[in-house]
Amino acid sequence: MTTKIFKRPDGRKPEETRPMTAKVGVIPNADGSAMFSFGDTVAIAAVYGPKKMHPQHSQNPEKGTLRCNYNMLSFSVSERARPGPNRRSMEISKVTEWALEPVLMIDKYPNMVVDVHINILQANASTRCAGINAAALALAHAGIPMKEMVSSVSIGKLDKNLVVDLIKEEEDFEEGEGATDIPITLTTGGKITHIQLDGKINSKELKEVLKLARKANKEVYEVQKKALKESIKF
Amino acid sequence: MERKVVIPGEVIVSGDEYLPGEGTEKRGEDIVAIKYGLAEESARLVRVIALSGTYLPRKGNVVIGKVENITFNGWMIDINCPIGAFLPVSETPRYVNKDSMSEVMDINDMVVAKIFGVNGRGIDLTINLRGLGKIEEGIIIKVNSNKVPRVIGKEGSMINLIKKETGCNVTVGQNGLVWIKGDKIEDELLVKRAIMFIAEKSFTSGLTEEVQSWFDKNKKDKKPAKADKEEGEEK
Repeated sequence: MTTKIFKRPDGRKPEETRPMTAKVGVIPNADGSAMFSFGDTVAIAAVYGPKKMHPQHSQNPEKGTLRCNYNMLSFSVSERARPGPNRRSMEISKVTEWALEPVLMIDKYPNMVVDVHINILQANASTRCAGINAAALALAHAGIPMKEMVSSVSIGKLDKNLVVDLIKEEEDFEEGEGATDIPITLTTGGKITHIQLDGKINSKELKEVLKLARKANKEVYEVQKKALKESIKF
Repeated sequence: MERKVVIPGEVIVSGDEYLPGEGTEKRGEDIVAIKYGLAEESARLVRVIALSGTYLPRKGNVVIGKVENITFNGWMIDINCPIGAFLPVSETPRYVNKDSMSEVMDINDMVVAKIFGVNGRGIDLTINLRGLGKIEEGIIIKVNSNKVPRVIGKEGSMINLIKKETGCNVTVGQNGLVWIKGDKIEDELLVKRAIMFIAEKSFTSGLTEEVQSWFDKNKKDKKPAKADKEEGEEK
């Protein structure tokens, strides 16, 4: 069974991502903003700042702070989600912060904060990856100094088959070993800033996963690069 | 070198003969962009001009700000940026009685000042030079601070064109606030519309010529001053 090419529910090849689109400058009021989508998963990110940190006791006189806020809108899933922060969204906010912080050069902004608001307009799995991609674009658009860009993609293991960019249907896969979801964020230089694992995997397979992630993230990076370059028209 | 759009982490040029300027970093042989914007090279110095984002104060910038607070030895000025700016009494051209500081400049007064120092704790301002000081009359409008170089133009070509066409006195603060002072309110509003036009078309090349023709068209019409002055702050 494993020798046969695994058939995905939407007919994609195992290493094929969903069609990606990216756009910057979608929110005129923000200092920087971007939209990123993987097929049906759509995320928008708005960046405000650097601005003075409030409340004052959270100010860090040594370096600037990054503050992320991930939010799933109530109409983003088929069954209405209760609006407002919850355990899951708070966790993803924090994880997004950690994924982005290594590339940001905000140590020159003491007592200041950069706010990133990520909203999920439509969800079909991989929302945190779309959110991180949109946030990276928005931060660049806001003119925040960054060492390099980050791009994120989720790799899945369905039974014993590795696939790129999971959809909801695949996340709920139950045959054999079941589904494993591994969101990975990489910098342009190929360094890992974020990796999560939901399920079971052995170390040999994980190496394979990283190889797939590097390849897929190159594609994501090209989409991000194109979006940033094409937003300026002469 | 032709101007090109670069994104963070992108190698702009490589080779030992180039020097890293603003918005760039040297990594080994390469000059790498650390900001999103237009890369430009002049006299081997490579720099990236940011096109979006908040205003970052630099020494020597002329800015326009609003008096936020009066302390015992100076004024706190809001110059549209995250770090607070301070104008000490010692940096005023005339003697100021410390008991009547609000008579010189009160809260909510607007002031043209120059940044003479930026340090970790804040920005220090001065009004001890010609052309600086409290704004008594005219209107103040706000544009994106990244568009200020286009509003001024090459060696002031754009701002001089505006002054010549309208007869108004225009002071552009690097923080994006523009002070317009003319004899008639119609002239001031014409300047405002011209600046909004420039900010909108800031990526077009040959903008000065385009603004010239814009003036030819708009002045001929002699449009009455429209009711679009909500944004402008009247003094």
